[in-house]
Amino acid sequence: MLIPWGRVPWWAVIIAVLGIFVGYSVLNSEAYLKVIRFVMEGVKLTLQTTVLAFALALVLGLMGGLGRVSKNPILYAIATLYVEVIRGLPMLVIILYVGFVIGPWVRDATGGAFDPPLLQRAIMGLGFGYGAYLTEVYRAGIQSIHRGQMEAARSLGMTYFQSMRYIILPQAFRVILPPLVNDLSALLKDSSLIAVIALPDLLQMGRLYISRTFRAFEGYNTVALLYLIMTLALSSLSRVLERRMKIAE
Amino acid sequence: MPNEPMIQIRDLHKRFDHIHAVRGVSLDVYPAEVVVIIGPSGSGKSTLLRCINRLETPDSGTVIVDGFPVTDPRTDINKVRAEVGMVFQLFNLFPHLTALENVVLAQRVVRKRSKEEAEAMAMEQLTKVGIPEKAHAYPGQLSGGQQQRVAIARALAMQPKIMMFDEPTSALDPEMIKEVLDVMLELASEGMTMLVVSHEMGFVKAAAKRLVFIDEGQIIEETTPEQLFTNPQHERTRLFLSKILY
Repeated sequence: MLIPWGRVPWWAVIIAVLGIFVGYSVLNSEAYLKVIRFVMEGVKLTLQTTVLAFALALVLGLMGGLGRVSKNPILYAIATLYVEVIRGLPMLVIILYVGFVIGPWVRDATGGAFDPPLLQRAIMGLGFGYGAYLTEVYRAGIQSIHRGQMEAARSLGMTYFQSMRYIILPQAFRVILPPLVNDLSALLKDSSLIAVIALPDLLQMGRLYISRTFRAFEGYNTVALLYLIMTLALSSLSRVLERRMKIAE
Repeated sequence: MPNEPMIQIRDLHKRFDHIHAVRGVSLDVYPAEVVVIIGPSGSGKSTLLRCINRLETPDSGTVIVDGFPVTDPRTDINKVRAEVGMVFQLFNLFPHLTALENVVLAQRVVRKRSKEEAEAMAMEQLTKVGIPEKAHAYPGQLSGGQQQRVAIARALAMQPKIMMFDEPTSALDPEMIKEVLDVMLELASEGMTMLVVSHEMGFVKAAAKRLVFIDEGQIIEETTPEQLFTNPQHERTRLFLSKILY
């Protein structure tokens, strides 16, 4: 049988071989198993932070995206301001700013009635920051739908929002699914920034372990490996979704 | 009252950035009348049609549809649009919905019909346009002619008082034009009020009661098909006809 050598996904083969090798060595090493057990709580927090922040970003991004394509100058201005300001700030600065400037300000302004803990502030910071990126993803998705679709829906008597909900967004969503998963993966990685404000995520737990045992080699190897496993899982999900959509067309 | 026009257009103007697309058009369309608009490309035919259901907002002049002043910003345009079916050159079916769902959606959302009621109506209209067997096919699986017939069914399911066709056969392969025109002819024979932009002279001869020739945003000649073919009044009309008839 002829094997099309040029079309073999060599990168995947290399990852698989390395994965088997690394997995085998790690699972047979008491030193690595110790690190993994120690940082597992951190993995949980990292996943939890990522999911909640992404949910927030999806909602903000949808509202922002609708604002960016709106004919209403006020909505358009608010959405554009949001994107331009947030995209111009490093994610780390946003997290620190929400954590230590906006957070305390809200607490004082509400007389202590609304005082989210640091973790919630960090999640809001991440979600708010990624909402700006997703705003542009949604906008591009909406604008990729032929304008005849909106015209056909409107000419049937549907309102602007009915047309968006039933006609434009379902089609736009298919287009933006791969970039959305892409940003989810980026958000997962950026969630490691919350270690800076001492929240016990995967990175922070790894650092904690290293500062106690001085085993930086095993510690950072494990942290990197666990992040890689999670992001590789996401990018293969993205691949599957993309292939499915091609079939659906 | 039979003498009340279904569509009444008075001194309509529409400008785009550098183009004065519609320049002072006045036109009446009466109930059960089939009016066909012809004219060179870029003459403002489509824009005129699109001003009637306010897909384009006119700059000045008035449009009254079935008693609703479309050009009055206080008019609930969605109500008017539900009474004015529109068929586009490029069909504009919703590609993520099946043919049946395409026909059902607006009935549910706009007319607030129940699922059963809307589906029964959708099947009735798909049968009328001759493709009930394609109800569960997606637009991408249909030929151009079939897609355009679904688009007609989608408009008809709203039970509109007027049907507007914007070059409905221009994007079709020649062998599919007839199946769409047959549906339109049947509609005309049933007494539907129709405003059609088309150069299908077969349809014009068979169904048009009045013919409107538009050039550079103005009505040049308004006449009957017989008059136009045998004795066009204006030089520009004659020139245009000599180009499209051979």
